[in-house]
Amino acid sequence: MSPVTTKNSQENKSQSEASSSKGCKDFCWMIGGPQGTGVDSSATLFARAAATAGYWIYGRREYHSNIKGKHSYFQVRVKPDPVLSHIDPVHLLAAFEHTTADYHAFEVVPDGALIYDPQATDPATLQNLAPGVLKFPIEFDAILEAVGKEFDKTATQLSILKNAIAVAASCALCGIEFSAIEEALGMLFTGKKAKLVPLNVAACKKSYDAIQKLPGFSDYRYKLVPVEKQKANSRVLINGNQSTALAKLKAGCRMQTYYSITPAVDECIFLEEHPEYSTVVVQCEDELAAVNMAIGAATTGIRASTSTSGPGFCLMAEGLGFAGINEIPVVVFNYMRGGPSTGLPTRQEQGDLLFSIHTGHGDFPKILMTPGDVTEEFEDSFNAFNDAERYQTPVIILSDRSIANNTMCVPRFSEDGLKIDRGDIVGAPENYNEADPQSGLQIFPRFRIKENTPISTRAVAGTPGRIHWLTGDESTEIGHITEDPKIRIPMHEKRMKKLELASREIPQARQYSFHGPKDATVTMVSWGSTKGAILEAMGILKTEHQLDVNFLQIRMPHPFPTAYVQPILEKAKLLINVENNYSAQMAQLIQMRTGIAIPHHILKWSGRPMSQTEMVSAILDIVNHKTEKVVLSYGL
Amino acid sequence: MVSSAPVFKSSQIKSDVHPDWCAGCGDFGITNALQASVAELGLNPWEVYFFTGVGCSGKTSHYLNVYGAHTLHGRVLAFAAGAKLSNPKLTVIAAGGDGDGYGIGAGHFVHAGRRNLDMTYVVFNNEVYGLTKGQASPTLAKGAQPKSLAVPNPQHGINPLAMALACGYTFIARTYAFDQKHMKETIKKAIEHPGMALVDVLQPCPTYNDLHTKDYFSETVEAEGKTLPRIAYLEDLGYDGVVQDANNQGEVTQKRAQCFERVNRMDVQTPIGVFYQIHLPTYYDAMRENLPGLKDTTPVNLPYHDANLIPTTDLGSAIEEFLV
Repeated sequence: MSPVTTKNSQENKSQSEASSSKGCKDFCWMIGGPQGTGVDSSATLFARAAATAGYWIYGRREYHSNIKGKHSYFQVRVKPDPVLSHIDPVHLLAAFEHTTADYHAFEVVPDGALIYDPQATDPATLQNLAPGVLKFPIEFDAILEAVGKEFDKTATQLSILKNAIAVAASCALCGIEFSAIEEALGMLFTGKKAKLVPLNVAACKKSYDAIQKLPGFSDYRYKLVPVEKQKANSRVLINGNQSTALAKLKAGCRMQTYYSITPAVDECIFLEEHPEYSTVVVQCEDELAAVNMAIGAATTGIRASTSTSGPGFCLMAEGLGFAGINEIPVVVFNYMRGGPSTGLPTRQEQGDLLFSIHTGHGDFPKILMTPGDVTEEFEDSFNAFNDAERYQTPVIILSDRSIANNTMCVPRFSEDGLKIDRGDIVGAPENYNEADPQSGLQIFPRFRIKENTPISTRAVAGTPGRIHWLTGDESTEIGHITEDPKIRIPMHEKRMKKLELASREIPQARQYSFHGPKDATVTMVSWGSTKGAILEAMGILKTEHQLDVNFLQIRMPHPFPTAYVQPILEKAKLLINVENNYSAQMAQLIQMRTGIAIPHHILKWSGRPMSQTEMVSAILDIVNHKTEKVVLSYGL
Repeated sequence: MVSSAPVFKSSQIKSDVHPDWCAGCGDFGITNALQASVAELGLNPWEVYFFTGVGCSGKTSHYLNVYGAHTLHGRVLAFAAGAKLSNPKLTVIAAGGDGDGYGIGAGHFVHAGRRNLDMTYVVFNNEVYGLTKGQASPTLAKGAQPKSLAVPNPQHGINPLAMALACGYTFIARTYAFDQKHMKETIKKAIEHPGMALVDVLQPCPTYNDLHTKDYFSETVEAEGKTLPRIAYLEDLGYDGVVQDANNQGEVTQKRAQCFERVNRMDVQTPIGVFYQIHLPTYYDAMRENLPGLKDTTPVNLPYHDANLIPTTDLGSAIEEFLV
């Protein structure tokens, strides 16, 4: 293979990728500030304004495990077509206080721009910017004073408007129409907060106008390429916590238990905020209670679930074993974060793959899904409840902090063709007669060993004439304790055989995805949220480096789709494994399941997600230098 | 809990599984009392869900002909709460040992009290971990040395009744495993109580607890110049723990103080009976106020698909804020 040309300079890259004479097609905006000062709301406003104008969005949120004061930032990438990941170069940095410029000046491309508050910024900070960066001083306080006069308020009372001011100036500079900001404000401030709209609009208008009068405004190179507005309500601007919650509602999950943990708790809060669906949401004393309460609920027939992150998932291990041996459908969400232990509580990692597969002592069947973005999160979450009931066993959705917290603009999730599968479940027997209570006192072989299927017919507590027992011990067909090898052997086998059945029945498309050309120079292997950066890197490598890359995305690591993926791996010319962890856990799993040792790895365990920018250079590094392992580290 | 005339005999609530406890174990009596309670309250066996923890007492769920779940060590109340919240029509009874409930499951014990679900929790309190050969349980007093202990117990014992009061249990009782009648009546009261009920059962372990044996509890004691039975009934002592008006703060304060004093008193006699009872809204009552779908049905019966299994949930109000 001949070496592929690499364009190393950020300047060249920014010009070729992002900007053309017609306008910028790939734009990265960043805002930051101390936590608690409105960084998230400004990013939400900017993203919504851009989406309203017709653009597509990927928003990456970075924050500390801290309530107030530590530096957080939010990158919003804007494109005229769907966008799946973030990039490293920043084209426009917006700062309504001084720390953001301090921290992020070095990330701004040489012909990019900084919007800042000259009253709050040390001129020395500006020295850190590349010489060509345009600087737009916005007089935040003056704007607040002027708005205050109009609305009879003091500038201090209005200081929260600073983030909206930064957003409006940004929109003016990159070419998002003012009407999009107005519309976005109307969407964000509803109900009791609706009275804040006029204040925000007034502040935004002043800022939008002010920046246009500043020198250099027309020199800014990254004006977005104009786009048509999209069909109203055809898309969603959503993160993974939210898309999961929607899927749970759609799937009929009406029992959600949780113990507060980042980055899972927002999903639970969302369900609590929608009482109109009558989902019973229980905040438990710990994750032991959360998982076991969900399991107890599931034995009555309700669709039950719990959501957590690594530390909480550790506590759920024993409960999952109980659900496994008692064949109870329960759906558990593990949104991974940096580990081990408390680790990096608010940061990205994919370090729980092998643990999730092997959670709980002893052998029991579990189904593990690893969605790669908010849309797959919706699909997998919906299907999880069907799988759990069909295979009468725990289903784990292994997601991560990036999917949970990062915002994507995607087509509205398709609800057509969704169907509920309750599995093999029965009500009262035919010979039960309500008028004769004695007929309700019948014992039911809930765990019957059948010849043709490993699925025993299930009945739930409360059903007349189906009395049976559950126990964490090995049990007989009606559920009483046994240590008899003659029962243990077929009973254990029956449970484990459900994995083979799931492998056969679950559609291939839910087990793995194959992206890109059939034959390619490079085959990427990965799972989860690295999907976006890989897919976008493939496009860049094709158009700019004439390099054909395809991508095997594992969506169901357990039971592992060996039969499907082994031929793909065997055929690959250059295999590269990509993971947000130290030990290349998927590569270990693949070696265990297929015997194939993937020779190249792109890994990152800094607690930050991989960007498209990093992915492109890492792949080129491996292609050109046969590097065994590229370790990525970009990102504050 | 609405009880009706008995339809099933106590013998019908007894399962075919033979208990494998040691001869003379207090667990047999508790099991009989549970079976009789279910029968005498006129409950349909399929509408009773009996959860147990792990240990000798954990096996009890296998001995009743009702829906049974022999769960994990310490987790019984979490499982039971999930079932009760999902299907509040079920009569949910939980049981376990003192190590199960006050040791490894202590966290759940606390929070079951504050949730006040309509459930009954029967604790087989014998001061030892029997199934692992007699180690000290959380209720064994400091300095006590039943025969398996190498040294006198170096840790203080907890007071489960005082703990239950602090946690918000709305029915707190103690009974004795060899007083069949009292035990059955107490368990029945607990099941009928519409809230979280604790029944702590003094249960001699004939194999490992050689301090508090059946003989010990049958002894007489000398008090104020009189010879009295060791076990005393609270009502005989003129004690009434039932709050008549839960809105009367004065009465509630007085009854709580009285309960705390009584369960902590260094008595020569061991009192049994209902130490405290109050009627307060349950966790599920609060859920019903907040969740409109529960006005007419229970969570497990909330509809979410049609006859063709097509999901019927309209995401409209939930998805609105995300649409662009």
